[in-house]
Amino acid sequence: MHSKQVRRRRAVVAALVVASLILLTAYFGESASSPLHSVQRGIVAVFSPVEQGASTVLSPFRDVASFFSNTFKAKSQVKQLRTQVASLTAKLARAQYAASQNAQLRAQLHLVDNGLDTFKPIAASVIFRDPNLWYETIQVDKGSGDGVHKGDPVTGDGALVGEVSQVGSNFSVVSLLTDPAMAVAAEVLDSNGDAGVLVPAVGNPDQLVLQDLQPNAPIQVGQQVATVGFRAGPLQDLYPSAIPIGTVASVGNNLANNGEVAVTPDANLRQLSVVQILTSPHSGSLRAQTTAP
Amino acid sequence: MSWETLRLPLRLLLLAFGVVVIQEAAVSQISIFETAADLTPLVVMSVGLLAGSVAGAIMGFTVGLLVDVFLFQTLGVTSLLFITIGYWSGRLRELRDPSHGLVPMALGAAATAFAGLGMTVIQFLLGVDSPVSLLLLQQIFVTVLVNTLIALPVYAAVRRLLQPALPQDPRRRRRRAYATGGLSPLQTRSGGIRPMPRTSR
Repeated sequence: MHSKQVRRRRAVVAALVVASLILLTAYFGESASSPLHSVQRGIVAVFSPVEQGASTVLSPFRDVASFFSNTFKAKSQVKQLRTQVASLTAKLARAQYAASQNAQLRAQLHLVDNGLDTFKPIAASVIFRDPNLWYETIQVDKGSGDGVHKGDPVTGDGALVGEVSQVGSNFSVVSLLTDPAMAVAAEVLDSNGDAGVLVPAVGNPDQLVLQDLQPNAPIQVGQQVATVGFRAGPLQDLYPSAIPIGTVASVGNNLANNGEVAVTPDANLRQLSVVQILTSPHSGSLRAQTTAP
Repeated sequence: MSWETLRLPLRLLLLAFGVVVIQEAAVSQISIFETAADLTPLVVMSVGLLAGSVAGAIMGFTVGLLVDVFLFQTLGVTSLLFITIGYWSGRLRELRDPSHGLVPMALGAAATAFAGLGMTVIQFLLGVDSPVSLLLLQQIFVTVLVNTLIALPVYAAVRRLLQPALPQDPRRRRRRAYATGGLSPLQTRSGGIRPMPRTSR
């Protein structure tokens, strides 16, 4: 009787481990359009309303906990933010002057305005998020039924946060900038417009690295980094140009030796609750054409 | 199959689904020292401790699979880790039958640490480019600390949910009887052991 129980116990555990290994092996070698991925998308699509409901129901608890967490954090940030306000006030005055000049020049050249509104942004709430450092993804409550496509850029807190990597009928999975698979063409808004490829920093999930820069580029700490939005013949960047991404955090010897600078994202990628998906990212590509002679 | 035999599996299924939804929809989004608590290994550990190794392993597989499916992760990774947690929590109960009140706390810490480090090792084996650093270890450490603090309430909640459906454990009933005294025929009122009375033929 006892040995029968032991045999049964071992058989159950062995069967579960083998099932896990088969799933792992099959899934890992498959493409995104394979049967297992399709089944996964189907299951999530079926349960998506439940997830959305749970997210809404649990939001008061989440908000209360976040309130206490943010209060402690806010106290430690007060001094740092005061210094930042003083510096940004001066920058704002210069930016407002530049913006008014830009508007006048655009009007003179009859250029189309290409603000983010041009790209048909839709707001989406974060319903699921993975706290794990290994998978930097979030799940939002808008999908193909709302006009979302795979590869659409996603913004949050006014800056680029990632792109849509999976789409279901009523949900989407967003890979954040810190996902190891992400790479974005970006430029530093300095006098030269030095451009490179922005990737996650190995060893620090809160930081990005702008690579492939000229070693003698005049880049300084605090300068803004934004998307390039290049176009070369039929090839076009996934992201529209001039979406803010972050600021240069440190330059050091890495620029001279490796052509790299560290960039801190503008958006707080770990605390996103609402994002905007640019559902028509290339609608602004006519921006360089004049509307009328 | 009778309703009685289905009670425990149904409760376990409900618990697995509920904990995954609550974890990903709420708990994951509450930042504590730049990380978040993780209820899933705690629930798997609690089920193993309460219902035994087979139930623990099955619960671990189910919860792991649900986590992987809902978060679009590689299927099977989390299941593999959680099967181990559920199985060994159950084996601990079956072999040692620990009765100390703080056992769930210690086991919760061990389960969380195993899940965090195990995930790191599996990702390495799968060749995923990863943010491996001191920060990762720090995050695992903080998660272990937070989970240790919430392990007892989570265990109590799981026990409350499963208790009515759990089969009676004869060893527990026996231990309780000895602990309260008076039920053993070998004991006198003062607690000393006296010889068994011989019955005359």
